[in-house]
Amino acid sequence: MRFLFKTAYDQDLRLFRHRGQVFWYGLLALVLLAAPWWASEYVMSQLHFIGIYSIVGLGMMLLVGFTGQISLGHAAFLAVGAYTETLLQAAGWPFWLSLPCAALLSAAVGIIVGLPALRLKGIYLAIATLAFGVIVEEILARWESLTGGNSGKHVKAIELFGAKLDGDADFYYLVLALTALCCIALANLLRSPTGRAFVAIRDSEISASCMGVNLAKYKTLSFALSAALTGIGGALYAHKVSFISPEQFTLLVSIELVTIVILGGVGSIHGAVFGAAFIIVLPQLISIAKDYLPAGVAGAAGLQSTVFGLVLIAFIIFEPMGLYGRWLKIRTWFELFPFYRRGMFRRQKTYMKSERLR
Amino acid sequence: MAQGCVYALVALGFVLIYKATETVNFAQGDLMMLGAFFALTGATVLGLPYWFTIAFAIAVMALVGMLLERVVLRPVLGYPAFTVVMVTIGAGFVLRGVVTMIPGWGTETYALATPFADKVIRFGGVIVAEQQLAVIGHTALLCLGLYLFFRFTRVGIAMQASSQNQLAAYYMGIPVRRINMLIWGLSAGIAAIGGILLAPATFVHSNMGFIGLKAFPAAVVGGFGSVPGAIVGGLIIGVVEALAGFYMAEGFKDVAAYVVVLLVLMVKPSGIFGETVAKKV
Repeated sequence: MRFLFKTAYDQDLRLFRHRGQVFWYGLLALVLLAAPWWASEYVMSQLHFIGIYSIVGLGMMLLVGFTGQISLGHAAFLAVGAYTETLLQAAGWPFWLSLPCAALLSAAVGIIVGLPALRLKGIYLAIATLAFGVIVEEILARWESLTGGNSGKHVKAIELFGAKLDGDADFYYLVLALTALCCIALANLLRSPTGRAFVAIRDSEISASCMGVNLAKYKTLSFALSAALTGIGGALYAHKVSFISPEQFTLLVSIELVTIVILGGVGSIHGAVFGAAFIIVLPQLISIAKDYLPAGVAGAAGLQSTVFGLVLIAFIIFEPMGLYGRWLKIRTWFELFPFYRRGMFRRQKTYMKSERLR
Repeated sequence: MAQGCVYALVALGFVLIYKATETVNFAQGDLMMLGAFFALTGATVLGLPYWFTIAFAIAVMALVGMLLERVVLRPVLGYPAFTVVMVTIGAGFVLRGVVTMIPGWGTETYALATPFADKVIRFGGVIVAEQQLAVIGHTALLCLGLYLFFRFTRVGIAMQASSQNQLAAYYMGIPVRRINMLIWGLSAGIAAIGGILLAPATFVHSNMGFIGLKAFPAAVVGGFGSVPGAIVGGLIIGVVEALAGFYMAEGFKDVAAYVVVLLVLMVKPSGIFGETVAKKV
């Protein structure tokens, strides 16, 4: 076990706690950089999706996990990012310009959604974002002159600085670089006063505002940043699937995005990545498991949604801290080998949690 | 109007659960779908007459609702609201998926026979389909029944008490957990009625539960914690939707409900009948 002796306040703020972390993250980076050499084409394709979903998951994590706001309409931001990217690419803009534009436009939409969020709390916010998501989806389907309606739109391949990125490996490096950038950016953001303000709002709005946190400003900022990250994810997603239509941005997608955060573990950057990987791998596991199930069950159309729902419920009941929480527990068990006790991570339950009568 | 009544019934289910347990049940629409399927089974497989079918579906759904509360929601009691919402979303996914696996239900679309099908009544010059009148009548009857239940029975009063303050109700000797379970049963039963009433309009299939999402606006417009509000909200949403479908461009019908709810949330976040209580420290 490693003991950390804190001798300076700066230590609390460092990106890496100790040398071991630098080593392991370095190793991870090396393995990921070498992926085109060890991964098959199929695995590469899954890695693309994991990277894209991680970026979106980071956006969700910022909003849900760190600022404590709820959104059931994130598919709308994904859609805004994807469609902006598609249209700008079609208009001949270079990628390095169209991607930031997609992020910025998503952020602008995020601010618009964030404004009502200042007055709404909890479930009302969830329903407002849900309504917003449905409206955006409908607009995409109806504004045919711009979006192509339900027949969808094709997306061009990425061109970066004159070179065409059409190979699996090229696109992989782009996604990897952007994912790493977003991770580091979010980690840095959370070390800064802004990030601390977000966490303060999550823990208690009243105490945050008493400590001088401008609630309106930071909630809107959180929505905007979260939307921007989701927009980047959406732009990459458009390039990956190379064909977008409104059906890819339904309410179910929004729910799936929230699930990334819940399954991964609320309130940790690792959680976003773990959750994204899990969401991508789960359908593959199900299709493998299909061979071993009775025919009536395996052939049913709802198998995937059943397993999805069961996994979600099981995680919330048995592992509220998500995959990252499970990882933490296993690590703690090994670190403290004979002394680990079951109650170490138990959360205190509060039975009377009325929002009306407090 | 008839459509609005269905929204109102689903919204009523939301509101009952929300009032009593502070949980928003995203699986309400799927419970409704399940209720319609049980009614279908009652009518076709068991060969029950219409009224018995309704009773059968309500009874089975009440059991399902209580089971759901006991198995899925009891363990997460006291967790943050959003966690509980995610649990109900998961439960909805499971219900929707399981329905497709049961032989005889599957993903096909079925029609539920009713005694009111295709009959019309003439009021002077106005022609009204009997089916729609039946929906409105059922809703009115149910509201009356619920009102009497909450006003005059022991259990109903206990439910009111526990919805106002769980802790105080607990001190008064009311078994709050059992009450919660009953509330879930009641609300699932209401969902079953909603499903049966909706069946002639949309047919019975595994995705009819998505109408539950339209009932959210209804519940919010009326104010989430208010039973009459749910009814009024449902009617408002139904009427607005019908008018939007009639007067405005195609496509507005589907989003009208959500536009209304956004407007209401911006102007009066607690809804028409909602109670506004500022959070005290």
